Amino acid sequence: MCTNIVEHTPLAGSGKGAIGWFKVAQAHVTYDHPFHVDLEHALNIDFTNDAAGVDARVAVELTLDSAKNLAAAILAAVERAERYESGA
Amino acid sequence: MPYRTDQYEGMLAETVVIPGANGDPVHAYFARPLGPGPFPSVVLIHHMPGWDTWYKEATRKFASRGYAAIAPDLYCRVAQGTPEDVGAKVRAEGGVPDDQVVGDVTACAGFLRSQSYSNGRVGVFGTCSGGRHAYLAACRSTAFDAVADLWGGGVVMRPEDLTEKRPVAPIDYTKDLPCPLLGLFGSDDRAPTPEQVAIHEAELKKHGKQYDFTMYPGAGHGFFYHDRPAAYRAEQAVDGWQKVFAFFRQHLGAE
Repeated sequence: MCTNIVEHTPLAGSGKGAIGWFKVAQAHVTYDHPFHVDLEHALNIDFTNDAAGVDARVAVELTLDSAKNLAAAILAAVERAERYESGA
Repeated sequence: MPYRTDQYEGMLAETVVIPGANGDPVHAYFARPLGPGPFPSVVLIHHMPGWDTWYKEATRKFASRGYAAIAPDLYCRVAQGTPEDVGAKVRAEGGVPDDQVVGDVTACAGFLRSQSYSNGRVGVFGTCSGGRHAYLAACRSTAFDAVADLWGGGVVMRPEDLTEKRPVAPIDYTKDLPCPLLGLFGSDDRAPTPEQVAIHEAELKKHGKQYDFTMYPGAGHGFFYHDRPAAYRAEQAVDGWQKVFAFFRQHLGAE
């Protein structure tokens, strides 16, 4: 809200947070003030189930470089997984 | 009057519920000196991370300096939970509406002014998004006798940054500001940048407003936050707190 950098995406899967395991329904990706990491702004990803309450949340707060590395690692793993699933 | 070791000192600090904008019940943290008064008052507007420990400490700090002080939970309507979980939800939703914040904050001013121990003078203080909200509330009401905006980003806004919740840039209300303004900023901040602070200052000058801005070299955003080691700047924070209390003492009374 201080930077206006907010992205949202629906998700299907599970996450484990303060309430235990729950169905993850979306991710909110922001570049804004974090709560824990000692940075003015961080790349924050909140995996949530908004319908299940605010405590249905798994949070990560990342430096920009580590966020890029995470995104690249996810895409690389997804590419390999798709090859695996197709039998190629 | 300077504090003396043989004087009585007491404080009441508690959570209360007050009617906010549209009469909605809103949690607020309220701290005041014990005694009949008269006391001046201050409304504290929390920052983007929410209604958290730092703000409750700051509310008690004002009470310890002789002010009846109240900090409303601006995110109260969104959800109840840990400040971080609630703050994360508000962050994802792009904040809370400006009109609602102004309603909540001016309701707090009315609550404070109506107390039997009030001296009738009320200030407003905010940091980060709360600094922006403090300026906005001061411009859009006659509820306040002094306003302190500490590194409030988004007073100056580009047209593309306006949203349904934030439809007007606070700087556009400058002509209506009815009270003195204290502004504390860091030269390394990016929200607001020194250039945005200069634009704000030019607008205040243009309209002949009473203001006192300090731009601290070597400080960025949130330099009062002792719980954020990368942001905290002890020297600038000590000087800044002195400026805040001197400003409110001059315009509201107390101490």
